[in-house]
Amino acid sequence: MIMFWVAILAVSILLYVLLDGFDLGIGILFGLTRDETRRHAMLSAVAPIWDGNETWLVVAGVVLWGAFPVVYATLFSAFYLPLLLMLAGLILRGVAFEYRYKTERMRGVWDAGFAGGSLVAAFMQGLTVGALVEELPIANGHYTGGEFGWFSPFAVLCGVGLCLGYALLGACWLVRKCEGDVREDAYRLIPYLSVALLAFLVVVFVYALAGNLRVVHRWLERPYLFVFPAISIVAAVVAAASVRRRRDGVPYYMVALIFAAAFGTLAISFWPYMIPFSITIEEAAAPYSSPYFMFWGEGLFVFPLMLLYTAISYTVFRGKVRPTADHY
Amino acid sequence: MDLTALLLSRIQFGSTIAFHIIFPSFSIGLAAWLTVLEALHLWTGRPVHRAVFEFWLKIFGIAFGLGVVSGIVMAFQFGTNWSELARMSGPIQGPLLSYETFTAFTLEASFFGVLLFGRSRVPPWFYLFSTAMVALGTTLSAFWIMANNSWMQVPVGYVIENGRFVPNDWFKINLSPVLWVRFPHMVLAAYLTGAFCAAATGAWYMLRGIFAVEARIMLRMGLYLAAVLLPVQGLFGHLNGEYVVHHQPSKMAAIEARWHDEKPASEVLFAWPDVENRRNLFAITLPPPLGSLIDSDSLSAGEVGLESIPPENWPPVVIPFFSFRIMVGCWLVMLLVAWVGSYLIHKGRIEQNRLLLWATFLSFPLPFISILSGWVTAEVGRQPWVVYGVLRTADALTPFLTARTVEISLAVYCVVYSFIFAFGIFYIYRLLRAGPEGRLVLPPAAAVPNRPMSVVDEDRLTPAARHVSAGE
Repeated sequence: MIMFWVAILAVSILLYVLLDGFDLGIGILFGLTRDETRRHAMLSAVAPIWDGNETWLVVAGVVLWGAFPVVYATLFSAFYLPLLLMLAGLILRGVAFEYRYKTERMRGVWDAGFAGGSLVAAFMQGLTVGALVEELPIANGHYTGGEFGWFSPFAVLCGVGLCLGYALLGACWLVRKCEGDVREDAYRLIPYLSVALLAFLVVVFVYALAGNLRVVHRWLERPYLFVFPAISIVAAVVAAASVRRRRDGVPYYMVALIFAAAFGTLAISFWPYMIPFSITIEEAAAPYSSPYFMFWGEGLFVFPLMLLYTAISYTVFRGKVRPTADHY
Repeated sequence: MDLTALLLSRIQFGSTIAFHIIFPSFSIGLAAWLTVLEALHLWTGRPVHRAVFEFWLKIFGIAFGLGVVSGIVMAFQFGTNWSELARMSGPIQGPLLSYETFTAFTLEASFFGVLLFGRSRVPPWFYLFSTAMVALGTTLSAFWIMANNSWMQVPVGYVIENGRFVPNDWFKINLSPVLWVRFPHMVLAAYLTGAFCAAATGAWYMLRGIFAVEARIMLRMGLYLAAVLLPVQGLFGHLNGEYVVHHQPSKMAAIEARWHDEKPASEVLFAWPDVENRRNLFAITLPPPLGSLIDSDSLSAGEVGLESIPPENWPPVVIPFFSFRIMVGCWLVMLLVAWVGSYLIHKGRIEQNRLLLWATFLSFPLPFISILSGWVTAEVGRQPWVVYGVLRTADALTPFLTARTVEISLAVYCVVYSFIFAFGIFYIYRLLRAGPEGRLVLPPAAAVPNRPMSVVDEDRLTPAARHVSAGE
C-alpha cells in the first residue's frame, strides 16, 4: 500500500517538474524581452495549462502529508523561508496571467511579478533539492539546522542550475508552440542555455566528488545508475540534431527525458530514504489505515481521472498557438 | 505584548485563512445560485435568466481564482509553522485534506472549463449538469475542510500511538455528528452570502434605476431565499451550540461569559467580561432559567462556569464572547431585511421603498462579517487547544521557529495579499458596478478551463465579436 503512494508521489513530482518546469522557464525567459507581441505570444503558449501544472505541486504536498506526515512536517518546516518565497513567487506569477490584461498602467508591475516570481520559484525549488542532496542536519528524526540550515553554496548553485534547466525546458516549449520571432529567439537561446547547463552539471559533479557527498558513494555502489546519464547523453545528441534541423516538436521531449533521467538518478540514489540519508520510506509512512483510506477513493478513482483530464487538456490545446486565433 | 513565534504564527494562520475563507464562501453560494439560474433558463427559456447567469459567472470566475490562489498557501502552512501538529495528526488530517485537493481538481477545475467555453459545444442539459458539478465540487471541498476542522474541534475515531494520532475508524471521523451539524451550518452561510450579494446588487441597480429586469430577479431570488434559509440557519446555529455545550465546555463558558457554575443558568446578553476579576462589567442579564433553555433546551440544566475549568485551559474570553454576538447580531439584521423585503416584494411595493432598497444594498457585508466572526468564535474559542483536549496550540508549533522568521513571512504575506486582493476586489467591484451590460455576451474563446479569471477579459473581444454576440 505504501509503495502505491510512493509511486503516486513520484509521478506527481515528476509531472510537476516537467510541466510547471517549462511554464516557470517561460516566465524566466519572459523577463528577457520587452516586446509586447513576443510577451503575448509567450504567455499564450502556457496560458491554458499553467494552473493545471501547478496543481501537481499541491497534489504532491497533500499526498506527502497524508501518506508520509513525518516527511511533510520535517521538510516543510526546515525549508520555511525558501517555501515562503516560492509561494509568494507562484502567487505573483499566477495572478499576472490575468491581471496584466486588465490594465495598461500597471502592466509593468504585473509583468515584473511574472518574471521575478517565476525566477524566484524556480531558484527556491533548485535550492531545496540541492540542500537535500547535501543532506539536511537531522537528529532523531527532527530537523536541527535552524532557520538557515538549508543554506550552502552548493544549494545556491543548484538553485541557479534549476533556473537554467527550466529556462531550457521553456525555450523548447516555445519552439514547439510558437512561430515567428519567438520561435527564432528560442532556437538561438537553446545552445547557450544547454552549454550553461552542462557547465553547471560539471561543477556540481566536481563539487560532489570533492565534498565527498554520500550521494557519490551511492553511484559507485549502484553502477546501474549510470544508465541514466547514458540516456541523457543520447537525448542531448538527439536534441542537438533536432535543433539544427529545426524539428520543432522534438527538443522539448528530449530535454524532458533528461529531466526525467535526472529525477530517476536522484530518486534511486536516495532509495530507500525519503529524506536522504536520515528518514526512510518505512519510517516516514503513516499508519496503514491512512494510505488505505486514501487508496479506495482518490488513489483508485480520482487519480486516474486527473491523469486523463491532464491528457485531454493537452490534447485540446495541442499544436501551434496562433496569436490571431486567440481573439475569437 | 511579547511577539513570540507562537503568537505571530497564530496571527499569520488566522489572517491568511480569514482572507481565504471569504472567497470560497462566496463561490460555494454563487455556484449553487448559478445552477438554479441555469435550470430556470432551461425551464422557462427567458433570456433574462441567461443574462443574469453570464453576469454572475464573471464574478464567480474572480472569486474562484482568488480562492484557489489563497488556498495553496494553506496547504503549506500546516507544515511550515505547525510541524508538530502536522507530524502527529498527519495520518488523519493529511488524508482528509488530500481528498479535498483531489475532488476540487476533478470536479471544479474540469467542469468549470465547460462553463467557460462549452456553451456552444455541449447540449444544454450537459451545460446544466456541468454547472451542478461545479456546485457539487465546491460543496464537497467544503465538506472535507469541515471534516478536517471538526476533527480538530472534537477528535474522534483515533488512538494515540508513538506520539501520533492513528485513525482507527474513518466512519466515525466522516460521520461524526459534530461534522454533520457544522457542515450544513457552513454551507447555509455560503448560500446566504450568495443570496445577499445577489439581492444587494439588485437593490443597487434599482436605486440607480438601471437593469430593471435583471435587478428584480436578483432582488426577488436573493431575498426570498434568504428569508427561507435564515431561520434554518438559526436552527443549525443552535445545534452547533449543543455540540459546544457537550464537548467544549470552556468555549461555551467563554461565549456566555459565565464565570460560575449555575443551575439553572442565567443568560448574559451584553457585558464587558473582566477576566482579571472573573466578573462581568455593565452586564445586561436575562434571569434563569433562560441560559439553560438556550444552551441545553432545558429549564433546569446546570451550566459549567469558567471557574470550574483550570485557568490554563481558558480561551481568551473576550474574543469569543464578542465575535459570537457580532455573528448573531448580523443574523438578526439579515433576518429583518430578508423578511421585511420579502413581504414588500410579495405586496409588490419594494421598488418604491427606497429605505429598504438601501438597507438591502448596505447589508452585503453582513454575511461575510458573520462568517468571519463565526469562525473566530469556533477557532479562538477552541484555544488553548489546537486539537481540543488533546494537543495544545503551543505544542503544535514548529519547535525551532524563531519570531524573526515569522515576522518575515507575515510581512511577505501581508504585502503580497493586500496587493493582489485589493486589485481583485476592485475588479469585482468594477464588474458589479457595470452590471450585466453586454447582454448575452459570449464568453471570449480565449477563456480556458484552467484560467477561471480570463472569463472577464472582455476587452480582449474584438469589436466584431462584441457586435455579433450583442445581437444574438
